[in-house]
Amino acid sequence: MSMPKTKNAAEPLLKRLALSPGNKGQNRRRKVIDRVMGGLAVAATMIALVPLASILIYVTAKGMAAINWDFFTQLPKPVGETGGGLANAVIGSVILVGLASALGIPLGILAGIYLSEFGRGRLAWLVRFLCDVMTGIPSIIVGIAVYGTIVLAMKRYSAFAGGVALAVIMLPLVTRTTEEMLRLVPNSLREASLALGASHWRTTLSVVLRSAAGGIITGSMLAVARVAGETAPLLFTALSSRYWHTGLDQRIASLPVYIFTYAGTPYEELHRLAWGAALVLLSLVLVASILARLAGRKAYGGR
Amino acid sequence: MQIRLQVEDFSAWYGQTQAVKNVSMQVVQNEVTAIIGPSGCGKSTMIRCLNRMHETVPGARTTGRILLDETDIYADRIDPAEVRRKIGMVFQKPNPFPTMSIWQNVAVGVQINGLRQGTSLEEIVEKSLRMAALWDEVKDRLHHSGASLSGGQQQRLCIARALAVEPEVLLMDEPCSALDPLSTLKIEELISELKNNYTIVMVTHNMQQAARVAGNTAFFLQGEMVECGPTAEIFTTPKDKRTEDYITGRFG
Repeated sequence: MSMPKTKNAAEPLLKRLALSPGNKGQNRRRKVIDRVMGGLAVAATMIALVPLASILIYVTAKGMAAINWDFFTQLPKPVGETGGGLANAVIGSVILVGLASALGIPLGILAGIYLSEFGRGRLAWLVRFLCDVMTGIPSIIVGIAVYGTIVLAMKRYSAFAGGVALAVIMLPLVTRTTEEMLRLVPNSLREASLALGASHWRTTLSVVLRSAAGGIITGSMLAVARVAGETAPLLFTALSSRYWHTGLDQRIASLPVYIFTYAGTPYEELHRLAWGAALVLLSLVLVASILARLAGRKAYGGR
Repeated sequence: MQIRLQVEDFSAWYGQTQAVKNVSMQVVQNEVTAIIGPSGCGKSTMIRCLNRMHETVPGARTTGRILLDETDIYADRIDPAEVRRKIGMVFQKPNPFPTMSIWQNVAVGVQINGLRQGTSLEEIVEKSLRMAALWDEVKDRLHHSGASLSGGQQQRLCIARALAVEPEVLLMDEPCSALDPLSTLKIEELISELKNNYTIVMVTHNMQQAARVAGNTAFFLQGEMVECGPTAEIFTTPKDKRTEDYITGRFG
């Protein structure tokens, strides 16, 4: 609130604080600008929601047609035959993302803890720099790198190689969000814990990590969602499979690779399955993040 | 009159800046010792040195000795965590752990340090909250978040949290500066109560507060301890001209 300039110092305080008639024009202007800016913000939000909502609606509408019992229980049928499902790809995606999370999330969180709570000097700088570079690496290059190391060494495509490729993509994302979240924890909480006689690592574990748990879980789930849809790195590592999963050292089917291959065929039936796969992929990510949030809330009682 | 803490020729630095200069002073058992002085005089740094919190700041270092009873807390073989368990601290701004309940806030220190034989956590939490004069206000909502309390209650929760690990000395770094007058009064009453069982050192920039609660007062100026003695003497017949100037409001 802009105060009117005091013309007379003897004027009572209350009267000076009250809006003088001369301010009416200014006042209206302020209200109009407030309305306009508020309206613009709402409009921008709506526009941002349009593509998101249309993707959700379109995928749901197209995908529902392919979702039935067979989709979740049957193997893909050879081209030309109708029916069949993508059960192996659903399981394969869960295994690949699970493997990637099991490798990437703990490592990423530990690295984030190192950067935020312990890392000083050159090594921390280097780790942080490499993380930033890794975040920017196109995922297909990660696929090629894993192909060049694990796939060539094992002399076969495998679920393990696919999981590693996805974990490599997750790692910098989880590391940097963990670091950012831990840095948001006020120093006064670390001091409070140290002053109780807690050691550095105990403080980190019981106080700092606990206070940041909500943010770290959200960040990890974003990373999971990101790799769940990755196709390119899997083409060089896990490849795909028409059969059930038999072991981590074997090729494995996954939803994104099936979407990619089926969408490229001229067959109506396969397009239908690809839409179904897209819907299932979307739902898996959604369910996983809801579960993670609930688990986080239960374990830490925060937010 | 038993000496509990003995500071001997102690200095503290932040990088190149010396914040505490060759201070020697004593803290008497079961008494409140107030450290007063203008902003930036090193009083907060001094109190943070008393439980080795100062060294948690990057670039901080110290010289000199501080004896708790007969032991130098800065000796090589001493674990700073052990020092801090014996010498508890309450900070300027209330800092309860936001993700923990009121009960957990008090219990966590005991859980970290391990429960002593023959005691129960429930008892310790209740006893600590009673000592901090908070029990009656929170006993029905022990499992609510510590952050749901008012500022004054949060500070008393922090005092309860510090008391739960049964320290021998309690340090308070301007414990009332973020609180309203009524909460301040409550904390001051609490401090007068606590000195029967604890030795207390408090930093304050409120001279009236020092006069109200402290038996001994030390006056700091530009990192040096100018004068230390019974509060009544410091406030009525200061030996040093600078103390007199500060007390009478001529600077600071």
